[in-house]
Amino acid sequence: MCLGIPAKIIKLDGDFAEVSIDGARIRIGLQLVDDIKEGDYVLVHTGYALEKLNEEEAQETLRMIRDLNSTDPENKDFTE
Amino acid sequence: MDDTVIRIGHGSGGRLTRELIHEIFSNRFGNIFLDNLSDSAIIPTSERNLAFTTDSYVIDPIFFPGGDIGKLAVCGTVNDLCVSGAMPKYMSAGFILEEGLPIDHLARIVESMASEAKKAGILIVTGDTKVVKRGQCDKIFINTSGIGYVHPDRVHISNGSSILPGDKIIISGSMGDHAIAILSARENLTLEEEILSDAASLNSLTEEILKVPSEIRFMRDITRGGLGTILAEVCEKKTFGIEINENDILVNRSVKAICELYGFDPLYLANEGKMLIIVQKTAAEKIVNELKKNSLGKNARIIGEITEKHQGRAVMKSIIGGKRIIDMLSGEMLPRIC
Amino acid sequence: MNFNEDFRNGTLVKNLLDRINEIASFPLRLMEVCGGHTMAIRRYGIQTLLPSNIDLLSGPGCPVCVTDQTFIDKAITYARNPEFILVTYGDLLRVPGSFSTLDQEKANGADIRIIYSTIEALEIAKRNPSKKIIFAAIGFETTAPATAIAILQSVQMQIDNFLILCAHKTMPQAMEAIMEEGISIDGYIGPGHVSAIAGSKIFKPLTDKYKIPVVISGFEPIDILQSILMLTESRLGGKSGVEIQYKRLVTEQGNRKAQMILEEVFEPDTQYWRGIGIIENSGLRLRQKFYRFDCEKQIPVNVVSGPEPKGCICGQVLKGINKPPECSLFGRKCTPSHPVGACMVSSEGACQAYFQYRTEVT
Repeated sequence: MCLGIPAKIIKLDGDFAEVSIDGARIRIGLQLVDDIKEGDYVLVHTGYALEKLNEEEAQETLRMIRDLNSTDPENKDFTE
Repeated sequence: MDDTVIRIGHGSGGRLTRELIHEIFSNRFGNIFLDNLSDSAIIPTSERNLAFTTDSYVIDPIFFPGGDIGKLAVCGTVNDLCVSGAMPKYMSAGFILEEGLPIDHLARIVESMASEAKKAGILIVTGDTKVVKRGQCDKIFINTSGIGYVHPDRVHISNGSSILPGDKIIISGSMGDHAIAILSARENLTLEEEILSDAASLNSLTEEILKVPSEIRFMRDITRGGLGTILAEVCEKKTFGIEINENDILVNRSVKAICELYGFDPLYLANEGKMLIIVQKTAAEKIVNELKKNSLGKNARIIGEITEKHQGRAVMKSIIGGKRIIDMLSGEMLPRIC
Repeated sequence: MNFNEDFRNGTLVKNLLDRINEIASFPLRLMEVCGGHTMAIRRYGIQTLLPSNIDLLSGPGCPVCVTDQTFIDKAITYARNPEFILVTYGDLLRVPGSFSTLDQEKANGADIRIIYSTIEALEIAKRNPSKKIIFAAIGFETTAPATAIAILQSVQMQIDNFLILCAHKTMPQAMEAIMEEGISIDGYIGPGHVSAIAGSKIFKPLTDKYKIPVVISGFEPIDILQSILMLTESRLGGKSGVEIQYKRLVTEQGNRKAQMILEEVFEPDTQYWRGIGIIENSGLRLRQKFYRFDCEKQIPVNVVSGPEPKGCICGQVLKGINKPPECSLFGRKCTPSHPVGACMVSSEGACQAYFQYRTEVT
């Protein structure tokens, strides 16, 4: 569906967590996910974390698209 | 109009507000001054042109990061006058107070007004106070009227009659700060980079750029309804169109984050210290540099131009280069899940 | 890694567009079934960047658009009772019922509150023990888990004044209904967040039966463009099946924990989709042991709904048969400030998205 926002886990608090959405701090529920650590990124929808975001897969996706134009001299590092 | 009662959306500054004005007020009050629907009415008198404006302030919360309802009342009035090309001179202030309002809150608000008025060089020369029973108004409502003088060579600024294709569109800074400052106070949001309301009297800025009035085609302060609504209004039913670049519109990080979270569009968020200025093409760079010298205009940018294409429509090139049409805000912006 | 900005990068957008332009030499009709995709496509002007032979159609994935009038009529009936507080996501406020909207009822004094999360709904229930709090539960597999959590927490915390008016729906059956209607579609841009919960596997029966490709897509411009590229490549190669573009969030199995919570609280139900009709097993209802939270079971109401507005072709639009400007009401009687049909109400509805982000620019 829709409006899901990537958020970084700042502080865990039992079933809840304080997250940062690009600098905006909100409290969300973790009842739908497991094994969340501080520093993880989750997808937030209606105040709950739906799932953990996989950084490696994200990098891989971007790399694949970058490589579509293999003669492109730019080689941005997306972890910056 | 098929509504039988007033809805919150009627106060949003967008289409619903315009419809209400047209169908209830304009057709009853109608006169050439009112019909212009600009920020101030410009009234020629035997001596000089009078700019006359009115506004009401009902904001909640009354104290917020960056200001309070009093500061807003003065800035808003000053801005309605100065973006019409006027020197703001005098204003009135009418207060409706709710029974139970702490007097020291009132004192703080009035102190704010005095301080802002001094900064702006406007005198509060007349006023009124009413008290209503608890629950009949929300703490404090302020109504103001403002008067200024408009030199004949500035009269075109409020009606935009001299706008031409090729003219450049400038905004004086970042969008959405006031709306998000209010929201964060109301909803108790925590922002790593705190957002303050941008409420400010802009007459120091307008005086600097009005040195050659013919270079300034049009000015508007960007309040409720946001930038998007003004752009749509400016070119509606005209023989020119508007093109702007999303990449050139500055939005602070925290504002962007809240917009992502709630599903808001920064193009439609309210500001209280930002202007839209349409200027003659050759003067654009110079005017941006003038604005930047003032702290209130330090983030001024050219965001687009007036065009002969797509007459009557404002079009925005998105950050990835695709195009979309900018319409007026319809009702209030609602947080969405979808 | 910035999960938003990095997926809006101009160079990558160009790479994708270049490749799409290279290989898309034939007409292609792709349907997105998620309101979030409709929004993103319009917001970034993606259709204006694609070659003219790729046509993007908007499908029934906007939960507001497919919410029928009767649901709104019932919500209004409950809201009008001074002993109830109706809590709802903002999206529902302007959806037309037969005679009124929640927005108008709010203006008339009904206690209707906008919430962002079911967490807030429970807080309102705790703070108002003498009232019944009724939650208008709409949304797909993405949003239903939040409702399920609220139900389970009500049990745990012994909250006895929380009820739901349930209209949760599930995606694959609606996509199948569209295929059954014989609407010509070359591929689906699949719902990313529905799949994050339910897994991409839920679309396998659809692709097996109709032999079309489904690419589960993220919501940033790069995601959507990459998905369009993948669908074009599949079509070129005569391939069908489910692929995942949104790999950073979606897996084939999905979120098992969320699925189990859903299964505990809900069971499949037959639902009426505005504009489409009745679709079997396309919705969710509370299981018997949670009937005490079911508003309609506890407090039945009798509503007589009016006919759908004359001239409104939301159903045709939802199925991709017509585009919004082909509706006689579009832009005239039906506008975002005065919507007639649900497609115009939601900022994700095809009609409003079309209106707000019209692409007829010269």
